[in-house]
Amino acid sequence: MINYFPEEVLWHVFSFLTSHPDRNAASLVCKSWYNVERFSRGKVFIGNCYAISPERMISRFPRVRSLTLKGKPHFADFNLIPQDWGGNVYPWIVAMAKGSTNLEELRLKRMVVSDESLELLAKSFPNFKSLVLVSCEGFTTDGLAAIASNCRFLRELDLQENEVEDRRGQWLSCFPDSCTSLSSLNFACLKGEVNVAALERLVARCRNLKSLRLNHAVPPDALQKILAQAPQLVDLGADSFVHDPESETYNKLKNVMQKCSSIRSLSGFLDVNARCLPSIYPICINLTSLNLSYAPGIYSKELVKLIHKCKKLQRLWILDTIGDKGLGVVASTCKELQELRVFPSDLHVVGNVAVTEEGLVAISAGCPNLNSLLYFCQQMTNAALITVAKNCPNFIRFRLCTLNPTIPDAVTMQPLDEGFGAIVQSCKGLKRLSVSGLLTDQVFLYIGMYAEQLEMLSIAFAGDSDKGMLYVLNGCKKLKKLEIRDSPFGNMALLADTGKYETMRSLWMSSCGVTFGGCKTLAEKMPRLNVEIINEGDEMEGRPDDRQKVEKMYLYRTLVGPRKDAPDFVWTL
Amino acid sequence: MSPENTRDLPESETSGGLKTDLTLGLPGDSQVQKSGIKRGFSDAVHSNDAKAESQPPSKAQVVGWPPVRTYRKNLMKNGKYVKVAVDGAPYLRKVNLEIYSSYQDLSTAMGDMFTCLIICNVLNERKLVDSANGEEYVPTYEDKDGDWMLVGDVPWKMFVESCKRLRLMKSSEAIGLGSAAPSTPSKGSSTSC
Repeated sequence: MINYFPEEVLWHVFSFLTSHPDRNAASLVCKSWYNVERFSRGKVFIGNCYAISPERMISRFPRVRSLTLKGKPHFADFNLIPQDWGGNVYPWIVAMAKGSTNLEELRLKRMVVSDESLELLAKSFPNFKSLVLVSCEGFTTDGLAAIASNCRFLRELDLQENEVEDRRGQWLSCFPDSCTSLSSLNFACLKGEVNVAALERLVARCRNLKSLRLNHAVPPDALQKILAQAPQLVDLGADSFVHDPESETYNKLKNVMQKCSSIRSLSGFLDVNARCLPSIYPICINLTSLNLSYAPGIYSKELVKLIHKCKKLQRLWILDTIGDKGLGVVASTCKELQELRVFPSDLHVVGNVAVTEEGLVAISAGCPNLNSLLYFCQQMTNAALITVAKNCPNFIRFRLCTLNPTIPDAVTMQPLDEGFGAIVQSCKGLKRLSVSGLLTDQVFLYIGMYAEQLEMLSIAFAGDSDKGMLYVLNGCKKLKKLEIRDSPFGNMALLADTGKYETMRSLWMSSCGVTFGGCKTLAEKMPRLNVEIINEGDEMEGRPDDRQKVEKMYLYRTLVGPRKDAPDFVWTL
Repeated sequence: MSPENTRDLPESETSGGLKTDLTLGLPGDSQVQKSGIKRGFSDAVHSNDAKAESQPPSKAQVVGWPPVRTYRKNLMKNGKYVKVAVDGAPYLRKVNLEIYSSYQDLSTAMGDMFTCLIICNVLNERKLVDSANGEEYVPTYEDKDGDWMLVGDVPWKMFVESCKRLRLMKSSEAIGLGSAAPSTPSKGSSTSC
């Protein structure tokens, strides 16, 4: 019966399939569905840019309008991957330009983006609307100028935490007067000056502008003028805030803020002086998202005053200067909180400045809707984690980072196995987990047993033996990304179930016990995996001994074999 | 469970020479952590930095820990951060002097930071006072030349430029401290808050 469905009907049905897993599943049903699906897929998500080639992607999805690509492994964020490792977007843009793809949206994470790429992008796709770059590098403001000049229908330019070389040009002035379509502009990560007058004019003519995040170079009096032009803003990022609460600028800012009643999300405040915070009190009542994690100048007292006014917060990113008491205030005020991130304020601090398990317990008791956590803390206990697990069974993302990576339970001095065990047992929907503190193989037994939905697991300085890693590989059926550093897992664990890695996106292991011999064996057995070894330093003269331990290994499934752009220090076995 | 530091390790393929009695703290962490088996951690500390041997272990760096993005780390480095110590308090804070525009600003911030201190009026001057015992604190700073000076005698910007670190001293100990202007510190004998 299903064979006689006209394609138009299938097409229509598939237009309601938006998630990638759903579309992937549909495409496997039969040839007919595969074909309809591939011609109707507009949004393509590629979690590892080396898993497939641009040409093959285009040939399977000729009508792609929106492409998301991720490059370097996650641990690149923490300096574990050397420069020039790879992840260059240029071949993708070249291929799409050649293939006359009607690209409208490009979202990149941890990729290398050159000015040349941006220029080609800007000139090849007349309907291009949205560019989102997260943790990327390799481009300068000249590349941004090309985007501004050429993308006539640009709606979104969102630069998050990129390393951008500032050429002191006038990239912002390159938006032509005819550009009125911007709805989102985020250049907070740029270090250099922008033409403030051009910015003011741009904001004035883009009546649909909803999200605006400015960099540190936009002075407070410009901020105030811009806000006056854009009371419809929903999301505001202001890195440079007023310093002097007695100033004229402060008064103007205060007045204009009162009119910005649509703002729901606030970020920035790099150098805010706590005495100037009252200027944002009027909008606090409506805020659903607040990011003060770049504002080390606000201490507990002021933070608490601010938080008291933010009763509708769903997302809060903060520094640990808030303290356990401050988190208690969050717990009693922000009943709708879903996501909390507490970052370390000082990486070399001496003494008890950070937050502890008390703050986390308070949050869990007060905020039952909490589903996403990133928590850097001085210490933790099993009892606290067990309580958190009971209070908040809805965690989807749970990342705990003790500042000392192998610290035991602060009260019992036991490993933190039981605490994390409680988390995975209680939170049946857990998809992402990072563990830390003193941990034995036992915690991995629990993870393997209970974390049925787990997709990403980060392990550092944990476990006793290969058994630990095996519990995870055998138990977590939905595991996609596993990243391990400084843990005693070796060849036995690596090679026990080689087929498992084809069901995963990638595996990272650094400073563990796997050897060259073990990696070679794996590579020989599994031709559809790229097993890459990263060698730094000059100890590696010629091929090393099989028994030698591998410092950094990154393996991933791929349909296109060893990558051709690997630098000298990356060996594909 | 047997005490951590006497537990026997299985012969595994990890880096050999595991030091089970190593008590090593993180950089800047003078408090010794009684952790159990350090496995890779101790080796990570020693192997990642060749210079580590020449420095006391507590100063050695573990690459990539805590896992904070480089972007964030670099951002937090901006500004002029100086350590602030308070006599009698077991912890230090760091403050970014560039975000304040005056001495008054700074002393307000101190009051925020060290919640045991409040600002009182002492003989018409704003002073930092311990709310528990009424003890007065005098802000002092170490300047570029290594001399300890009283805070407040030079223009604000000059102070920001030359200040290397701050110390809130009990005023009973601040006798004879150097100041830019040739005046002795005033000792408030009556306080009103």
